[in-house]
Amino acid sequence: MSKKIIAAALLLGFFAVIGTGLVAFTYEMTKDQIAENERLALLRSLQALVPADTVNNDMPNDTIIVDDKEKLGTHTTTIYRGRKDGDPIAAVFTSIAPDGYSGQIKLLVAVRADGTLGGVRVITHKETPGLGDKIEVEKDDWIFAFDNRSLGDPTVDKWAVKKDGGIFDQFTGATITPRAIVNSVKRTLIYASEHKEAIYDLDIEKAVDKKTGGKS
Amino acid sequence: MATNYNKIIKDGIWDSNPALVALLGLCPLLAVTNTAINGLGLGLATLAVLIGSNVTISLIRNIVRQEVRLPIFVLVIASFVTAVELSMNAYLYDLYKILGIFIPLIVTNCAIIGRAEAFASKNNPFDSLIDALAMGIGFALVLVVLGGARELIGSGTLFSQAHLMFGEGARGLTMSLGPDYKGLLLAILPPGAFIGLGIMLAAKNWFDQHSKKREIVAIAKEKSLAEGIL
Repeated sequence: MSKKIIAAALLLGFFAVIGTGLVAFTYEMTKDQIAENERLALLRSLQALVPADTVNNDMPNDTIIVDDKEKLGTHTTTIYRGRKDGDPIAAVFTSIAPDGYSGQIKLLVAVRADGTLGGVRVITHKETPGLGDKIEVEKDDWIFAFDNRSLGDPTVDKWAVKKDGGIFDQFTGATITPRAIVNSVKRTLIYASEHKEAIYDLDIEKAVDKKTGGKS
Repeated sequence: MATNYNKIIKDGIWDSNPALVALLGLCPLLAVTNTAINGLGLGLATLAVLIGSNVTISLIRNIVRQEVRLPIFVLVIASFVTAVELSMNAYLYDLYKILGIFIPLIVTNCAIIGRAEAFASKNNPFDSLIDALAMGIGFALVLVVLGGARELIGSGTLFSQAHLMFGEGARGLTMSLGPDYKGLLLAILPPGAFIGLGIMLAAKNWFDQHSKKREIVAIAKEKSLAEGIL
């Protein structure tokens, strides 16, 4: 009896090893390709907001992580920094709008160094298909309404959907989704204007270095 | 024992179709069929897993002991699903992102362990391969038809995003009812999946009943004809 059990256990163990082997082999074969895919996908979405010829640093890897749940939606917001010859060009925030109709809406918000918006894109969302999903760039032009806007254009009190007295369109049958995004973009802009130096690591030491470097 | 391949193939695609007759794997079936391409993607992934698991289980059917049979089947299936998932992530990245959670969920598709238990563990590898192909294609067909119907009614397009699967050259495959068609939202939402599947089930049953009736009528006619001659 116990012999039977041990034989069965050994057999099961044997197949566990074979199965794990298959998975490990496939993982080894595909991991580089998968990492490359993820890098390219990120680069593509970054370049849609910050054109490739305006920056010359390695944007996907020039990042900082900041913590401001109030304004950016999470405690770990990644910011991708675009620079040209060391000068700040734009910062792309992975902001989250926490108050979508069905949960969080993850955004990429590109804020140029002069405070204007390079653009906004929705990365993931669970909004209602056909109503709220017009926020996707493939479905509607709505998201382009943010291009080149800034905190002064329109003025802060007009940074809202039309229903709330602002200038941004809502959708027929879906106000909550656009409202969530407009507010999230607005908060991101406020954060960017308040922390401009910190975002680009423009601490005094470096600024001095640059100056003296320029003189000599 | 001579195998009747026609029967295996007819069983898989029509008579015991995993989705339409056995009603297995409904969770992914209902969830991803909002476009034809999504359906095709999940259908092909399921087919690949089914082929791998059926052939493997058939090969090891004589050394697997009765009492650990099911855990071993699950192990084999789970390994293949993970391998397929990693491969899709590597080579069909955009489609993988759309299908998301439903690829790992193939493990729980009862159609696969059902074929392992009911067919592969009792038949030779080649027959099991044919069975996997038939069942997998039968399942994929339902996914594509349901996905296509929902996409056409719901958004007025067919084979949109075909390039995610077949490369840039396939963009031309996408058909559209024209920009004026606004789409019936219900078809894309979850209830549309249930209604669509219900209509497909009804159509299949109606068709089967009719062909049975016709057979009976034909037999009866022959009989009366023969009796008349006598």
